[in-house]
Amino acid sequence: MANTMQFDLVSPERSLASLEATAVQIPGADGDMTAMPDHAPTITTLRPGLLKVEAPEGSSEYLVTGGFAQINGDGLSVLAEKAIPVAEVTRAHLDQLIEDARASHEAAKGGDDQTIVDDAAKLLADMEALGSHMSL
Amino acid sequence: MPNLKDLKNRIESVKSTRKITKAMQMVAAAKLRRAQESAEASRPYAERFNAVMAGLAASVGGSDSAPKLLRGTGSDDVHLLVVMTAERGLCGGFNSSIAKLARVKAEELRLKGKTVKVLTVGKKGRDALKRDLGDLFVGHVDLSEVKRLGYTNAQDIAKDVLSRFDGGEFDVATIFYSKFVNVVTQIPTAQQVIPASFEDTEGDDSGAVFDYEPSEEAILADLLPKGVATAVFSALLENGASEQGARMSAMDNATRNAGEMIDKLTIQFNRSRQAVITNELIEIISGAEAL
Repeated sequence: MANTMQFDLVSPERSLASLEATAVQIPGADGDMTAMPDHAPTITTLRPGLLKVEAPEGSSEYLVTGGFAQINGDGLSVLAEKAIPVAEVTRAHLDQLIEDARASHEAAKGGDDQTIVDDAAKLLADMEALGSHMSL
Repeated sequence: MPNLKDLKNRIESVKSTRKITKAMQMVAAAKLRRAQESAEASRPYAERFNAVMAGLAASVGGSDSAPKLLRGTGSDDVHLLVVMTAERGLCGGFNSSIAKLARVKAEELRLKGKTVKVLTVGKKGRDALKRDLGDLFVGHVDLSEVKRLGYTNAQDIAKDVLSRFDGGEFDVATIFYSKFVNVVTQIPTAQQVIPASFEDTEGDDSGAVFDYEPSEEAILADLLPKGVATAVFSALLENGASEQGARMSAMDNATRNAGEMIDKLTIQFNRSRQAVITNELIEIISGAEAL
């Protein structure tokens, strides 16, 4: 069994990472999942959150919003609408995310579908927690 | 024959024109490199995205539960033409060839009895189409303030188009832009974005069976609007590179023409000067002989 897999992280504007990774934690729409070599082929959409990459050379983290991840036999591609290395994330980025989450929460409140409201509330709480986690 | 003073003025003015076109050419060359780089950087995303969407669309498409963006509204009576051009002129036939393609398409659709609506991106296309299609304009996106095209610009345009689609304003959307081949060749292109059609450019994933999380339909519904933004974004970048390429070759031509004109005028100037000198000499000599 291979110990590493090809990992690619691309955003519409540029390709951020292309390396051999041992494990990647993905913030999937239905919950976090960790992809390791020989993971079953899967396609999942992303929710805004942290993507953690573990590679033999060291680990790295990216803040991603929206998009999807495609896991197939020999590798993993993450296509994120926006991806920023955690070191470059500023309070302004986070405020924007919190603002978006709050807006969608407000919008959801108007509807009568309780699960959507709950999801939006969860996202908002997640985003705020993310801020304190990264001590920004 | 124009006098010496006039010729001299003309030479000076053509010289300064040449300086301007030369400078514009060099600026365009520098911008072209940047535009090409960003167009290339965006390609991996677009390719993978389309490959995945092609797979998804193939498995979900056709069923009645497929999202409207993929299936269409069931009719094709109202067409939205999104015409993307530059904000500035002086780039050869770049703007007019896109406008021409859009005009021909609009005419063709109108002959078939369809309703046509036009959304313009970029000032020049709007100006070019105002006379023929002015009454069909439904909106305009101004990018003149944008220094560097970003994905957010594409998202804004896509959002505008999608909200019109959700509002039932049109059935089919086509974007018009110019595909960049090289500095001298740009191909005006029409690409249908709603209902979406995807070409599988990689084709190697067809064998794999994927688990979908959440369901295939949910993923497709989530990704289709992003597909519109991705298509718009690639088109914007291609357009950016094409515009600079077209401007570069147009300005190169202009610089060369100005140079030729300067040579011609200089020869004419020298001849006139010689004629004047000869005349004066003849007058002096014949004056001296008469004494």
